[in-house]
Amino acid sequence: MSDKVKVTIDGISIEVEPGTSILNAARQIGGDIVPPAMCYYSKLQGSGGKCRTCLVKVSKGSEKDPRPMPKLVASCRTTVMEGMEVQNITSSEVLEARKGVVEMLLINHPLDCPICDQAGECHLQDLSYEHGTESTRYEFERRTFDRIDIGDKIQLHMTRCILCYRCVYVADQITDNRVHGILGRGDAAEISTYIEKAIENDFSGNVIDVCPVGALTDKTFRFKNRVWFTKPVDAHRDCPKCSGKVTLWYKGEDVIRVTARKDEYGEAEEFICNDCRFETKKTSDWVIEGPRRISPHSVISANHYEQLNPPSVIRTNPALLESNKEEFERITRL
Amino acid sequence: MGRKLLLENINVPGINTFEVYRQKGGYRAVEKALKSMSPEDVVEEVKKSGLRGRGGAGFPTGMKWSFLAKPEGKPRYLVCNGDESEPGTFKDRYLMTYIPHLLIEGMIVSSYALGANTSYIYVRGEMMPQIRILEKAIAEAKNAGLLGKNILGSGYDLELYVQPGGGAYICGEETALIESLEGKRGNPRIKPPFPAISGLYNCPTVVNNVESIAATVPIINDGADEYAKMGIGRSTGTKLISASGNLNKPGVYEIELGVSVEEFIYSDEYCGGIANGKRMKAVVAGGSSVPILPANLILKTANGENRLITYESLADGGFATGTMLGSGGFVVFDEDQCIVRNTWNYSRFYHHESCGQCSPCREGTGWMEKVLHRLEYGHGKLSDIDLLVDVSKKIEGNTICPLGDAAAWPVASAIRHFRDEFEWHVTHPDEAMQRNYGLAHYADPLPKPEGVTAN
Repeated sequence: MSDKVKVTIDGISIEVEPGTSILNAARQIGGDIVPPAMCYYSKLQGSGGKCRTCLVKVSKGSEKDPRPMPKLVASCRTTVMEGMEVQNITSSEVLEARKGVVEMLLINHPLDCPICDQAGECHLQDLSYEHGTESTRYEFERRTFDRIDIGDKIQLHMTRCILCYRCVYVADQITDNRVHGILGRGDAAEISTYIEKAIENDFSGNVIDVCPVGALTDKTFRFKNRVWFTKPVDAHRDCPKCSGKVTLWYKGEDVIRVTARKDEYGEAEEFICNDCRFETKKTSDWVIEGPRRISPHSVISANHYEQLNPPSVIRTNPALLESNKEEFERITRL
Repeated sequence: MGRKLLLENINVPGINTFEVYRQKGGYRAVEKALKSMSPEDVVEEVKKSGLRGRGGAGFPTGMKWSFLAKPEGKPRYLVCNGDESEPGTFKDRYLMTYIPHLLIEGMIVSSYALGANTSYIYVRGEMMPQIRILEKAIAEAKNAGLLGKNILGSGYDLELYVQPGGGAYICGEETALIESLEGKRGNPRIKPPFPAISGLYNCPTVVNNVESIAATVPIINDGADEYAKMGIGRSTGTKLISASGNLNKPGVYEIELGVSVEEFIYSDEYCGGIANGKRMKAVVAGGSSVPILPANLILKTANGENRLITYESLADGGFATGTMLGSGGFVVFDEDQCIVRNTWNYSRFYHHESCGQCSPCREGTGWMEKVLHRLEYGHGKLSDIDLLVDVSKKIEGNTICPLGDAAAWPVASAIRHFRDEFEWHVTHPDEAMQRNYGLAHYADPLPKPEGVTAN
């Protein structure tokens, strides 16, 4: 008997290790059946469950108890069970709820993409493009914050924050001492440091990488370029603090930014130290490996590197083909 | 007169002291449980009694206890939820204030049943008088050998502590309460794991409401069968109801489950009817988070049957024509009250109390409040009403904890049953702005209960 657990997501079955979340099982299948996630970050323990963008419908609980779950569940925090059946993009209830979540997330998020340094790399931008509506029904004044100075490397712009808590988890789990967290509650909650301290720690720069929006940006890169005009290149160096595996972002001959290497879900493969990120910006500091693979969906990939190649699981499944019609039309235009 | 179990001795002078409580037969349940029953027997007795959680959800208490994991080498905890922050609900503080030893006795019995050697009573931070009263009562019980090491020579040890809470509504949610008790922000945890598996300090934990714990005392004293004889069907025993609003006699009443809503509101034994000879317009039956019902639906179900104060009868008809018993906070509105204003007021509360962890609740509660505010002040549009319904649907069921539902239900139900009043606020902006709630738009007389002559 296999130790693995069989789960079916949008009609596609897969066997995964016990304890795997629905989201990670979907990621093993790949394609558009993977629920979006704004707060979940696989490298950060305990993250997820907060933004509610990854809600899915469990139409069959398990072989033992086939009853459907009464409410939509956060796929990032719900463990698969043997025989579980899940609906993501094949459930209109899920898509409607997700639309609502996107609308809520955008209520207090300024649409300043044209001047935001996260543009092109913003998960909220992608999420609203894929799951949002074209207009807003919110007619009230947006929440704004004064900028808080948290040191010379990282810019905190709370107005854009969607309170995903990822940066707090980074500070808790990656750095030695956390000086920032959540203050206040409800829609008055904000990320802040205790009495405006600077966030200075060898690994503090990772809060920039995990931030899904433009709330935490790199002060050494801000306003220097749009990411789609830069050339990402994988490189490494012999670093005593971290793996030294990074992506260099070139503008002409110059390295204008260094980040961790991110996977297709925008998650850092390995966290990097501040020396690699902020202090080593000459090509001679690095061993160049080659061009960085960028998802064809990303604006960064425009006219670069890879051709569109939708996962075969979608191309061969009629239900998914129908559900992804809009998505196909969109990527065919690229 | 209905039989009382929890408030039987409430009028005895000095019942808040150990001596008087003991003279009136207090701590008999502790003696009986510790000397003649095994912990499993106590759990079984509570199961048999049919006692359901009195905090709001109504989950069977004995069943909840039996879910508690029993790992080797890890302590188990009982936490009493005395946060009681639901607007319209004030029964637990009444118990804690006037008969604190009943709760202490219930805590000892329940802790013994669960195998907990350390238990906590988590009380809302603002309720300092009750915290002092409980601390004094614990000290008295400890002096009498009913707490501490080797209680009554049974070999069972229990330390009991009172912990002031963070003063936030969300800290009444069991996992947020546990976080708060651990000294963290009162943010709800994502379930599973449930507290019965991993609760306080990652140990198996049961969180019970004050009234549920107090109810274990008569169950052990008189036996589960005796307790189960009271009430109707799956709603057994008695329930404390905190009645407020436009009533002749607001207050905390102990009723036998199964009393009709009509009797509760209009009879002299309980609330004595609507104040100032007015007619009843609406009732929130289980604290502010449950759906509001108009007078005709709170007195009779959609099938025309008498609505009873039981978990089942109040929920009859689902949310279309029913509501919930919840925590038993009856808020009664007379014909002069403005439902829009009340809904805005509730919404303001939930906006303020949202912890901010999950997006639909964090942003949606504020959105609803702002739309309701402009409706209430005569600046609304007719489309706002459908917008509110839609936003409440987007919140309901999509949040980490039930606060999202609690914020959505009052709005959705108020519009469901009183849409014309919301529309009136749009079509009569001047009157709305001047707070002229003559409510002349109510052309039809409100239903009056049959055969009731209290007013």
